[in-house]
Amino acid sequence: MRHTIAVLVKDHPGVLARVASLFTRRGFNIESLAVGHTEETGISRMTIIVEGDERVLEQITKQLNKLIDVIRVKDIFPKNSVERELALIKVNTNSLPARSEIIQTVDIFRANIIDVNNQIMTIETTGTEDKINALIELLRPFGLKEVVRTGKIALPRGSVSTSGLNKKAE
Amino acid sequence: MKLTGAQIVVECLKKEDVKVIFGIPGGVIMPVYDVLYSENSIKHILTRHEQGAAHAADGYARATGKVGVCMATSGPGATNLVTGLANAHLDSIPLVAFTGQVSTGLIGTDAFQEVDISGITLPITKNSYVARDVKDLARIVQEAFYIARTGRPGPVLIDFPKDIQLAQTEFKYPESVSLNSYKPTFNGNVKQIKTAAQEISKAKKPIIYAGGGVISSNASSELRDLALKTNIPVTTTLMGLGSFPETHSLSLGMLGMHGTAYANYAVSAADLIIGLGVRFDDRITGKLDEFALKAKIIHIDIDPAEVGKNVLVDIPIIGDTKNILKKLNEYVHKKKETEWLKTVEDFKKKYPLKYSNNEELKPQYIMETINKISKDNTIIVTSVGQHQMWAAQYYQYTQPRSFISSGGLGTMGYGFPAALGAKMGCPEKTVICISGDGSFQMNQQEIATAINNNLAITVIIMNNGYLGMVRQWQEFFFDKRYAETTLNGNPDFVKLVEAYGGTGIRVNKKQELYPALEKALSLDKFVLINCIIPKEENVFPMVSPGSPISKMIGVDKL
Repeated sequence: MRHTIAVLVKDHPGVLARVASLFTRRGFNIESLAVGHTEETGISRMTIIVEGDERVLEQITKQLNKLIDVIRVKDIFPKNSVERELALIKVNTNSLPARSEIIQTVDIFRANIIDVNNQIMTIETTGTEDKINALIELLRPFGLKEVVRTGKIALPRGSVSTSGLNKKAE
Repeated sequence: MKLTGAQIVVECLKKEDVKVIFGIPGGVIMPVYDVLYSENSIKHILTRHEQGAAHAADGYARATGKVGVCMATSGPGATNLVTGLANAHLDSIPLVAFTGQVSTGLIGTDAFQEVDISGITLPITKNSYVARDVKDLARIVQEAFYIARTGRPGPVLIDFPKDIQLAQTEFKYPESVSLNSYKPTFNGNVKQIKTAAQEISKAKKPIIYAGGGVISSNASSELRDLALKTNIPVTTTLMGLGSFPETHSLSLGMLGMHGTAYANYAVSAADLIIGLGVRFDDRITGKLDEFALKAKIIHIDIDPAEVGKNVLVDIPIIGDTKNILKKLNEYVHKKKETEWLKTVEDFKKKYPLKYSNNEELKPQYIMETINKISKDNTIIVTSVGQHQMWAAQYYQYTQPRSFISSGGLGTMGYGFPAALGAKMGCPEKTVICISGDGSFQMNQQEIATAINNNLAITVIIMNNGYLGMVRQWQEFFFDKRYAETTLNGNPDFVKLVEAYGGTGIRVNKKQELYPALEKALSLDKFVLINCIIPKEENVFPMVSPGSPISKMIGVDKL
């Protein structure tokens, strides 16, 4: 099964290596990883997408919790959460008809064109993984020059919070 | 007043009540050694190899329960510590290792004697630090000691660049550690403890399976209270030896791959297993699918990650074993001796530990003899291999911290330096190191350390001229093809010790053993006894890898 794991960590050098090595050791491939600061100074949040056996994942979660610089680990279920990813897509725009078709597609997806010249267009889109996949597939026939994705980030719905420090020993 | 980084570290060590450091100086750790040179309250033991320093610190920690400290320079000094750190990590031993590092400006440039030691040791330390700012130093050292000794103990590494050793700042030792991301659970959940107590009352065939966690949480007397109150037999792991007196009728000795047949049969027949500070390691469970099929499992451990890792647990209780046992003992009811105890007694009578005690100098006989003449305050330290298993089987451990051995990592060469560390920590105790000829040669350079520091330990080499345990496996599983297990070219160990100015005794015959031991133990100095044992003696019982523990080789045969 696919899992979205939120890991709150202290913003120290070496934390990422420690977290990543726990996954590698158990043979897990990290599908995506997004790291950034949180509302609290000195605390970063990693959102990790992995696919794997439930029991092994439980073990990894426990091992993550043992890392001194890890404050909290939470498995986020897609059903009760909002998830977004951002992608930048550079696409060929060699012919005029292609150009207008691309602009239409971008409109339908409520994406943005953020860079353009007579050769290429760079499109910015945010959304769920499925939406981004769909947009990429529609743009593919025009010739994709380059695609970059941030990896998924997620928050639980409603007033539930994944952060909240000092809760590890509950 | 401003202090240098090197001075700050030494001040911190004093605050942490460190009495001994094991280590070797080198290029970029010299500022610290310069401070230690005029520091009287901390003794530095110069080993001959950094691996020896790490194992000695480990042995010191196991013997005393305090945090062991070792120190090395950057590069090769640091990498030589690696085996020792891994060893401490797998056995949950509190250790703080200091490594010198090239100056911060040079880090990452492949400078002379530079390695990324915190990267190398990342998976084998509980935590590690690179001290990049002298202002953080006091906090880092304090945290390192706190992390090493609390929760599930383990090794912590501090990498210490040379320019930070020389940089100056005001020294202030933080009043307390504040780590919002590290809060081990100490007290067990009371509801779970009550449930456990109920299960214990209901159980018809309960057994206690005690491990290293009982020793590290100093819970031996609580374990004894539980066993005696409920009349439940106790088996221990290798790491748990000494947590329950093996002279007691409820003791079943060690279980697992080379455990007693009666312990393995009892575990296999049990309807309730009470695991205390254990991790259901593969050397204990044998074939996992067939381990203790009839039993419910209570698992008490400080590390939540151990619960459900290998076996499914019915009642997990997370917390300090000592605290939990204290509570549990309040809730359990007294139980009389039951039918089950008779069954267990029967196992003991039918399948005792046995060997053919003939005219030869058998290793089992050596352990029995040591057992007879050694006093209560004796610590047995072993390396890894056949001798380790004989030492575990044929000596009766009655005190916690009286058996010191490399469990998880199985480090040959561990025993001798660890024994030196144990003696440093407990000078009033008799320390006997049991080693094989293979293991001893992996760290024999420390003879110099022993003699130089007047460390009066007795080393007994069970010398069979083989890498014995590997040879035993070759005998059973590789058709007696003894590939590279014959130790041709062994030195004359007696002459070797004499070359260092020490005392060596050679024992060829059975009748020479007792006088040699008496002499060694009365001399109050470092003595090595080289015992020539039968070349192809085997360790029995033995559970073949992948078999259930109820199926043992060498039980019926004997």
